[in-house]
Amino acid sequence: MSRTLTLYQTTIGKKVVMAVSGTIIVGFVIGHFLGNLNLYLGPEALNGYAAKLHSLPALVWGTRILLLFAFGAHITSAYLLWRRNAGARGSQYKKRSDISTDYAARTMYWSGPILLLYLIYHLLEFTIIPAHPGDVYRNVVEAFQNPWISAFYIAGNLALGLHIFHGIHSAFQSVGASHPRYDSLRRDLAIAVSAVITVGNLSFPISVLTGVVTL
Amino acid sequence: MTDELLNLTLHVWRQPGPNRPGGFQTYPARGITTHMSFLEMLDVVNEELIEKGDEPIAFDYDCREGICGTCGMVVNGVAHGPQRLTTVCQLHMRQFKDGEEIWLEPWRAHGFPVVKDLVVDRSAFDRIIQAGGYVSIRTGSASEANEIPIPKKIADQAMDAAECIGCGACVAACPNASASLFTAAKISHLSLLPQGQAERDDRAAKMVAQMDAEGFGACTNHGECEAVCPKGVSIQWIARMNRELVRSIIKS
Amino acid sequence: MELRSHEPTGPIEERWEKHKEASKLVAPANRRRYNIIVVGSGLAGGAAAASLGEMGYNVQCFCYQDSPRRAHSIAAQGGINAAKNYQNDGDSVYRLFYDTVKGGDFRSRESNVYRLSELSLHIIDQAVAQGVPFAREYGGLLANRSFGGAQVSRTFYARGQTGQQLLLGAYQALSRQIEAGTVQMHSRHEMLELIVHDGRARGIVTRCLKTGEIKPHVADMVVLCSGGYGNVFYLSTNAKGCNVTATWRAHRHGAAFANPCYTQIHPTCIPQAGSYQSKLTLMSESLRNDGRVWVPRNKEDIAKRPEDIPESDRYYYLEERYPAFGNLVPRDVASRNALYVTNDGLGVGPEVDGERRGVYLDFSDAIGRLGEQTIRERYGNLFEMYERITGDSPYKTPMRIYPATHYTMGGLWVDYNLETTIPGLFAGGEANFSDHGANRLGASALMQGLADGYFVLPFTVGNYLGQVRNLPPLAEDHPDVQSAIISVNERITKLMNAPDPKHAPEHFHRELGKIIWHKCGMSRTAEGLKEALEEIPKLREQFWREVKITGSGEDFNQTLERAGRVADFFELGELMCIDALERNESCGGHFREEYQENGEALRDDSEFSYVSAWEWSGNPAEPHLHKEPLTFEYVKPTKRSYK
Ligand SMILES: Cc1cc2nc3c(=O)[nH]c(=O)nc-3n(C[C@H](O)[C@H](O)[C@H](O)COP(=O)(O)OP(=O)(O)OC[C@H]3O[C@@H](n4cnc5c(N)ncnc54)[C@H](O)[C@@H]3O)c2cc1C
Ligand code: HEM
Ligand code: HEM
Ligand code: SF4
Ligand code: F3S
Ligand code: FES
Repeated sequence: MSRTLTLYQTTIGKKVVMAVSGTIIVGFVIGHFLGNLNLYLGPEALNGYAAKLHSLPALVWGTRILLLFAFGAHITSAYLLWRRNAGARGSQYKKRSDISTDYAARTMYWSGPILLLYLIYHLLEFTIIPAHPGDVYRNVVEAFQNPWISAFYIAGNLALGLHIFHGIHSAFQSVGASHPRYDSLRRDLAIAVSAVITVGNLSFPISVLTGVVTL
Repeated sequence: MTDELLNLTLHVWRQPGPNRPGGFQTYPARGITTHMSFLEMLDVVNEELIEKGDEPIAFDYDCREGICGTCGMVVNGVAHGPQRLTTVCQLHMRQFKDGEEIWLEPWRAHGFPVVKDLVVDRSAFDRIIQAGGYVSIRTGSASEANEIPIPKKIADQAMDAAECIGCGACVAACPNASASLFTAAKISHLSLLPQGQAERDDRAAKMVAQMDAEGFGACTNHGECEAVCPKGVSIQWIARMNRELVRSIIKS
Repeated sequence: MELRSHEPTGPIEERWEKHKEASKLVAPANRRRYNIIVVGSGLAGGAAAASLGEMGYNVQCFCYQDSPRRAHSIAAQGGINAAKNYQNDGDSVYRLFYDTVKGGDFRSRESNVYRLSELSLHIIDQAVAQGVPFAREYGGLLANRSFGGAQVSRTFYARGQTGQQLLLGAYQALSRQIEAGTVQMHSRHEMLELIVHDGRARGIVTRCLKTGEIKPHVADMVVLCSGGYGNVFYLSTNAKGCNVTATWRAHRHGAAFANPCYTQIHPTCIPQAGSYQSKLTLMSESLRNDGRVWVPRNKEDIAKRPEDIPESDRYYYLEERYPAFGNLVPRDVASRNALYVTNDGLGVGPEVDGERRGVYLDFSDAIGRLGEQTIRERYGNLFEMYERITGDSPYKTPMRIYPATHYTMGGLWVDYNLETTIPGLFAGGEANFSDHGANRLGASALMQGLADGYFVLPFTVGNYLGQVRNLPPLAEDHPDVQSAIISVNERITKLMNAPDPKHAPEHFHRELGKIIWHKCGMSRTAEGLKEALEEIPKLREQFWREVKITGSGEDFNQTLERAGRVADFFELGELMCIDALERNESCGGHFREEYQENGEALRDDSEFSYVSAWEWSGNPAEPHLHKEPLTFEYVKPTKRSYK
């Protein structure tokens, strides 16, 4: 325990925590996305899948607690590092031209919080006070039929894409997983995962809006 | 070698002293030949300023060969200027076009307070090394040099990391003003070699703690440091530093 | 003043051991009561400060850069010699000793040189243990190369950054002591005066370059490791800040200055591109292994593109004049011949002040013979450096090179203990004159700096302190301290308030450099030196009348820093010419036109087999000469010939 604390006291330790917690969340998001694909198989499939999950409280609560921890740790560390980095520059440059960094990396502290908002709304809508308890399919389709809600979801998942693109790549570096020969693979993986998740998640609201998926 | 003359406009950060207000001043640089080094161009401007009775622009330099790490300024938003793998003292005016506007700023970082104009105080780097960036070997107590063979590959990697000249451009360029590349280079250099093993874990922990204590930012993997580093020190060493730190704390 | 070298006698291989046995020691418990000032954090100063601190002394270390890691030792490229004989090619301590005495053209002290060769073995052990990443072979053992024409491979190297890696090793050892509290480091502090009390060196006065604060530092003794004075030429391969101030202030207090006219010129530097040029860059000598040196045969061709000059019109002057050695003649011979051909108006490259000072170093043959790939592997990084600076690619067009000042063999006179003629004042590294005689072999300055710093000074300093025991404390308000502070302040006020301020210090430094370079450079004549001795005092007067420094003395002021250094170069430059004029012979780096035999330097052992140690008289024009005779028991003087 004390060791974990000493580690956490360093900036590097906080980055490690962010990497681990971030990866846990990414893992959930992937699984969650795969489960949500049931949407395309119709109400029975999705509701059945949901019901099945809920019949396994251990799994559900286990996941919830793990996620709660992960988000807690991730967000706290993010906040602490954000405070430090904000103060580290001192006076700002009048001119500054970046060479190697990218949009995703520069906006981590935007995409992250946006994700937080997204999540709060998302949980309220589907988990905490769902319109039709038990009928996940109806909840989702009804929600996405409202263009505003869809738009919000599209925005949120774009932020997600950006965030995990840099996040996955950066997580390897933070935990020290680096080797000249494989470093390019880290990037490829980040692109692949973030692309699949983003496109996949965007497809849900879009296919509802375009009437591909209906009640 | 064809000589052509450039006329340039410099916007230079002038600051009389530490925590005194600073601002940009504009100076013309006329009749600059393309064979001048960037610092020689500033020499010319400064000599004119002195003869006019004004204070010259303060900027740091010593070897002017790209090895001592004394020089450094942000040229048009890029640490050490437009040419890759080149310190500003090795930068030459043929990299610029006639009539160009050039903005000159000091390294800006909380850990590098401005001394004057473009000169900053980098003693934080010395303190990071003092925290543990060495092998504790008493003078005269060393054993025969060839006693421990070191595979060429390892020796070469150690040399790659050891090439750091301590200029501070990595901090200047990092969006978080992080000193990770500098610190990682030294930790990696010594952790790769058999001679560095005895103090390996201790060293990583102490140097990282000092790096944090100096108020530098955390690395969020932007890679700007590597891009401006005049010695091409690689960010793979940052990953190695992170690994070394976790290792040291788990083992402690 | 009498010069006592304190050389031990007896068999040369036993002298250093014998000397150590006969010397005094300071008990570990007492060491922390002694305060030692070390000026300089280069190989010599850094190593000495670290080692003395480690032994338990109280050390104050000073450097003018913003960090001790930036001392000019960092620029050394080629490598460091050591008689390890790892290559089994017949090297030995004795051979390194022999080569160094011979290379020094028989103007150095045998005992010192032998000790240097002995210590070279420990230096490599020490550096490797510190984690210096020397080049290695696939078997994992240390690699060597042959350097500067040596017949054995005894040079250790770390890519092209040997000096950097050795200095970082010393810097890290120093940092360890700073952390331990035994060494107190004062960066951005320039020594401007020596404090002498009862005839002993007892401290220094410094100016903080950040704040302009003038402060005395009192101690039991002072060690100067402040480097060489090559910047007297203005253009040299030295760092801009390299200066003679520390040693010159000591000289003015009675420390004899030895052999100032022994300066080394390096043949392969990048020529001056314009009058604005601020420094010259060295290119490794190894280039001469594959490059052919030439100039056009006819004056008409000098402005043509080299590609357009037919083979028949190219003058490969080294190959023609020295068929045996060709392009690989020693540094001084190669340098002088470049001077001669350019004097004959055959120089190439841009005109600077109406002269073309450059010769071609052509790789087209080598590229044709070995292929561009091989050449790229051998010299790739050097070619890049050349292109970065000149904008020309040596793969396409010949390089242009010209000699430049690189090293100064002269320095403060020291005895076998590295103690100057002022008791309690020691000098190490390039700042002293000790081991290289009239000419330094490649890769032996790093060796000397580290030998002095790690192994000689820690020992001889203890011997001195063991002898003097407890010196009476010296209070900062003592007249001897105050007078030193006053002289610093007066000098600064004088510089800041020149009667008729016109030009920045650089202006005068450039002019001084031209005089020294043309009249006391690669090739010297009595009448040239006499002219110089007329011109320098005139220019010096003009400097004190017209130097213009803006800003204030109580602040960060780089113009003031430079002005102070230039002022001292004026006095040193004069002494160099006096020394060169007095030495009516040619030896090593000192070549007098009058003393040659068909182009070969003509040494005169019957008349000049001595060290010239000059004592300050108060008048720069009339220093007193003291001679330390040199005797050679082991290496019998022979004549060099490269014909
Ligand atoms: C370009 C170049 C390449 C070289 N290559 C080689 C090589 O390959 N092999 C080799 O053996 N040698 C080489 N040499 C020579 C060698 O590098 C030097 O002779 C040697 O490093 C000198 O070390 P030093 O410690 O005596 O002085 P330096 O390293 O010059 O250190 C001088 C120290 O004194 C301090 N100082 C000076 N004046 C003052 C003052 N007034 N007040 C306070 N501090 C002061 C400076 O801050 C610095 O810390 C080379 C030299 C040059 C210029
Ligand atoms: C909910 C609010 C969130 C905030 C405020 C936030 C913020 C941040 C910040 C500031 C970083 C550091 C950037 C970097 O180090 O490169 C980061 C990294 C990361 N985030 Fe988030 N994030 C949040 C949510 C998420 C979510 C939902 C995921 C997964 C879907 C995620 C995955 C990651 C990963 C994998 C990293 C990389 C960690 C590292 O760089 O070592 N984050 N996050
Ligand atoms: C468009 C894409 C998405 C859709 C259609 C969607 C749909 C749903 C639905 C229907 C539920 C309720 C399931 C149930 O109660 O059985 C849910 C729960 C949840 N979703 Fe999403 N989701 C999406 C994206 C995301 C993303 C990107 C995240 C994470 C950043 C996320 C995190 C969660 C969480 C934490 C829960 C609660 C799980 C639990 O009950 O413990 N979702 N989602
Ligand atoms: S890592 Fe590169 S940029 Fe940073 S200090 Fe070292 S040399 Fe300069
Ligand atoms: S730019 Fe900064 S964020 Fe990390 S990779 Fe380099 S230190
Ligand atoms: S001045 Fe030495 S690196 Fe630029």
